[in-house]
Amino acid sequence: MQPTDLVDNLSLRDDIPDFGPGDALKVHVRVIEGNRERTQLFEGVVIRRQGSGVRETFTVRKLSFGVGVERTFPLHTPIVEKIEVGARGDVRRAKLYYLRDRIGKAAKVKEKRFN
Amino acid sequence: MATKAIVGEKVGMTQVWDDENRIVPVTVLRVPPCRVVQVKTPDTDGYSAIQVTRGVKDAGKLTRPEAGHFEKAGVDPGRSLVELRLDDVSEFTVGQEITADVHEEGTRVDVTAVSRGKGFAGAMKRHGFGGAPASHGAHKNHRKPGAVGQCATPSRVFRGKKMPGRMGGQKVTTLNLEVVKSDIEAGLILVKGSVPGPRGSTVVIRDAVKGS
Repeated sequence: MQPTDLVDNLSLRDDIPDFGPGDALKVHVRVIEGNRERTQLFEGVVIRRQGSGVRETFTVRKLSFGVGVERTFPLHTPIVEKIEVGARGDVRRAKLYYLRDRIGKAAKVKEKRFN
Repeated sequence: MATKAIVGEKVGMTQVWDDENRIVPVTVLRVPPCRVVQVKTPDTDGYSAIQVTRGVKDAGKLTRPEAGHFEKAGVDPGRSLVELRLDDVSEFTVGQEITADVHEEGTRVDVTAVSRGKGFAGAMKRHGFGGAPASHGAHKNHRKPGAVGQCATPSRVFRGKKMPGRMGGQKVTTLNLEVVKSDIEAGLILVKGSVPGPRGSTVVIRDAVKGS
């Protein structure tokens, strides 16, 4: 409970799926080009979730033409149209910075098996 | 001088999104309706101002002079009396209510409050002095202010020399803050940027004296 909750609660979104580090995510981002609006897909692995409340952010990492690209989104930002959660990652830590130093198969996050 | 003013309380800082989905850092100020207790005019008092109160105070907790003052005005007793110096007070009457909408969204305001007290602070923190090196032979003088003047002439330290001492706890005004939102029902004003003082402190919000 923060003193500023009475303002923050208005900007919180309630359509955010449950996801954590290691999960594969498809983030639908609204992009404005001139006066046209379209949706861009940013697809990758969540390597961190940070902060709380209206200030919470998450970072998605993907490989684009062999170059690692990371993008950090505020969790409650209105520019994100939709978040789709794919495979759940089997990871042991909250911040997956070790993926940055790995290439090829070693940089893959194992999928979590439920049984 | 200002033409519009209201008293409030600092709630804290947070962020909101603007029309273009950009993050705007804001300070939340709680401004319940203020009641005018006294109107001071140049004829009666030599200057123009209004005295306002806000909230409620138990009648039993009032001092006799306070009780008499509120009774004379015919206003419900509130916590704290604050005087707001204004250019023109002819539009104000005793008992009138001032609400958050005096400051419309998009206008600029000046916010005055008492800054956080820092206690006895050194010259580096208080005046931004550079201090001394951390190494290269520096001995026990890392945060000292250095020399304070010359020698036999003038054989004294000039008045106003920046030195360590009490810091903060002073009246500070932040100029030209943009009003991001002003909500009468919730009694809130959101201004862009920071405001002096700790959470819960009393702030005076006036329209900006220096145009942007």
